[in-house]
Amino acid sequence: MKKKRELMNRREFLRESTLVGTVLLLFGSPASEDSDSSNDNEPIHQYGMGIQVDKCIGCGQCVDACKRENDVPREPFFFRTWVERYIILIDGTAQVDSPNGGSEGFPEMVAENEIMRTFFVPKLCNQCANPPCVQVCPVGATFITKDGVILIDKDYCLGCRYCIQACPYGARFLNPVTSTAEKCTFCYHRLSRGLKPACVEVCPTEARIFGEIGLRSSLLARFMRFNKVQVLKPHLNTEPKIYYANLDGEVR
Amino acid sequence: MLNFRFRPELRMPGWKSIPFPDQIKRLLIIFIILVIMLITVRNYLMPPTFVKEGHYRAAAIDSILALPIHYAGQEACSECHDEYVALKQTSYHQNVACEVCHGPGANHVEDPSENTPSAPRQRGLCPLCHIYNASKPTGFPQINIVTHNPLEPCMSCHEPHDPKPPQPPEECGACHGEIARTKAVSHHAALECTQCHSAPEAHKKDPRSFRPSKPRKRTFCGGCHGENAESAGEIPRVDLQSHEPDHACWQCHYPHYPEVR
Ligand code: HEC
Ligand code: HEC
Ligand code: HEC
Ligand code: HEC
Ligand code: HEC
Ligand code: HEC
Ligand code: HEC
Ligand code: HEC
Repeated sequence: MKKKRELMNRREFLRESTLVGTVLLLFGSPASEDSDSSNDNEPIHQYGMGIQVDKCIGCGQCVDACKRENDVPREPFFFRTWVERYIILIDGTAQVDSPNGGSEGFPEMVAENEIMRTFFVPKLCNQCANPPCVQVCPVGATFITKDGVILIDKDYCLGCRYCIQACPYGARFLNPVTSTAEKCTFCYHRLSRGLKPACVEVCPTEARIFGEIGLRSSLLARFMRFNKVQVLKPHLNTEPKIYYANLDGEVR
Repeated sequence: MLNFRFRPELRMPGWKSIPFPDQIKRLLIIFIILVIMLITVRNYLMPPTFVKEGHYRAAAIDSILALPIHYAGQEACSECHDEYVALKQTSYHQNVACEVCHGPGANHVEDPSENTPSAPRQRGLCPLCHIYNASKPTGFPQINIVTHNPLEPCMSCHEPHDPKPPQPPEECGACHGEIARTKAVSHHAALECTQCHSAPEAHKKDPRSFRPSKPRKRTFCGGCHGENAESAGEIPRVDLQSHEPDHACWQCHYPHYPEVR
């Protein structure tokens, strides 16, 4: 008899807790401020960029266009994309510079008869498939979208700079106006309108090729077909989606 | 044990019908407080679209998507300026977007008469790309802006939407700067490019369609370096039969900077 009463008690408890659980589910589900981006019918993209290093002329138009398109501060410390100049001297040492990100050209740095090889390398956020910056964000303000682009929630970023430290490519900076982290978004707002990223739009030599990874009939697929491509710092396993062709061994 | 649990004085008055042990009651209170806290955090402190698609605020994507664009893209210009687009399409500037020279034009596209883009007529614009710089890739047309027809705007000789091909440069090094510089400090400094490559004149106008020759046989290098070659005495010699016969010479010695070690 006693045993039975005890059982009832347990059952009662379970019933109570289920009730509480249901209440929790009802009230706990997110309020209906829905977002359009979760439209499940849209095809899932996987964006990526190819860079043909031997086509870059270092004109810096991409740097300038990026700043204008994304309202990046004009001061020379803030870049979502920038162009580096590599100079390998006859004695084998390498020098790298990027005066004002390359947006105003590259003044002569060493006498030409000391130069062995020299070339430009455009850099930007590598949009890693395995991004260290997203892992370290304490509040989920930086994240990877379904189409593989790493974005930053400007309204939610604390400005703690962990992500800036974590990025092995130096692609992030703290916007001095908003005090939030910032970086290349592949011009996400342009992609949704069917436009190319601003840097790709203005590149005069097609050194930058934008497209979807895995889409067979695309400029990017052709780029991959005809070139041996490399990514930066492959040993870090960040799995970048910026692919470089004809990259010199000196480039880090 | 069980007797202790069901001592009547420990029961709550309203729940009399069901036996309700004390420790469960306390646990339940803590549990309810936790649930209330969770609901408060979830509904009032956490942004509404958080964890909808992942560990982030889905609404952030919408605010990024809503950002205004500044560059309209070249297709947008063709709607009204098709003659310029057509002119540029087959020119050397086919890949140079309108907005590189005319600046971002999204607001011009929206309201052409209110926002007219600039048409940069000064000499400053073109050198952005065409100023000479050793780091530029092979074959890109470059000028020295100090000596190249100074003081005159570029427009007076070159139509910006269809810059005409000028007379081709004479020297191989104008386009093959890296090779020329490398060769200049090598043991082959004294050799002309044309001693090893025969370049058709058309190569200088249209380099990719008219390719110069490249040495194909070991005996070519042997013409100077062979044991019995009729060449200057100070040129080092090898026996073509025995010196690494399975490979072409340039597989080991870079011809523009030959080294023996
Ligand atoms: C909806 C039609 C329309 C579109 C699209 C358009 N334009 Fe125009 N554009 C005009 C008109 C009309 C004028 C003449 C405005 C005037 O004279 O006040 C003009 C004038 C210009 C001028 C001359 C300014 C000057 O100094 O005389 C330039 C340069 C120009 N547009 C560039 C562009 C570019 C680049 C684009 C593409 C991003 C573009 N336009 C797209 C209608 C258009
Ligand atoms: C290499 C830089 C460059 C590019 C690329 C370029 N333009 Fe121009 N454009 C100029 C310059 C410089 C002028 C002024 C020409 C002059 O005054 O003779 C001009 C003049 C114009 C004018 C006439 C302005 C006037 O008052 O006569 C229009 C319209 C125009 N461009 C549209 C376009 C469009 C559309 C495109 C893209 C298809 C384009 N441009 C691409 C440099 C450029
Ligand atoms: C954003 C970069 C950019 C700007 C600005 C620019 N050009 Fe060019 N220009 C190019 C490219 C790219 C080519 C094609 C080179 C090639 O075919 O390899 C070119 C080719 C040329 C050529 C043909 C040279 C040859 O023999 O191949 C001339 C001439 C020329 N540009 C003149 C001008 C003038 C004049 C201006 C200013 C109105 C100007 N460019 C502005 C990028 C630019
Ligand atoms: C007085 C007329 C004149 C003016 C002004 C002029 N050019 Fe030229 N440009 C020429 C001629 C002629 C050639 C071909 C012969 C040569 O290479 O000097 C040429 C060649 C070029 C080439 C091709 C060089 C190569 O190696 O293929 C470029 C690029 C060029 N000019 C750009 C410019 C730019 C940029 C400006 C303005 C800063 C400019 N030009 C001003 C007449 C002119
Ligand atoms: C107007 C610029 C220009 C001039 C001048 C020029 N070249 Fe070239 N040359 C090129 C370009 C561009 C290529 C193609 C590079 C490529 O496709 O990677 C090339 C390719 C070559 C190649 C390689 C061909 C191959 O099939 O791999 C040789 C060899 C060569 N040039 C020799 C010469 C010699 C020798 C001269 C002087 C007589 C000369 N070039 C002058 C631009 C030039
Ligand atoms: C001693 C003979 C020799 C001389 C002198 C020489 N070359 Fe070459 N060049 C070669 C050979 C051999 C190859 C093929 C190398 C290979 O396939 O590994 C070659 C390849 C090339 C190539 C294509 C491959 C590359 O390295 O980019 C170019 C371009 C070229 N030469 C340009 C030049 C120019 C320009 C000069 C003059 C400044 C020059 N060469 C002088 C023998 C020579
Ligand atoms: C026109 C004659 C000529 C031809 C053809 C020629 N060379 Fe040479 N080579 C020279 C001369 C001259 C030297 C420099 C001798 C000296 O240092 O005094 C030299 C030096 C060398 C050296 C020695 C460098 C050293 O460190 O001592 C090597 C290796 C070499 N050449 C390889 C080649 C190869 C490979 C080819 C074929 C692609 C070739 N040469 C074709 C003339 C020639
Ligand atoms: C498998 C690589 C290889 C190939 C292929 C090769 N060499 Fe060499 N060569 C060397 C090495 C290593 C040395 C230096 C050691 C030695 O003297 O054997 C050298 C030395 C030389 C020297 C300098 C000899 C001296 O006395 O200073 C010349 C000249 C030379 N090679 C020319 C050629 C020529 C011409 C060919 C093509 C017929 C050729 N080599 C093919 C590897 C190679």
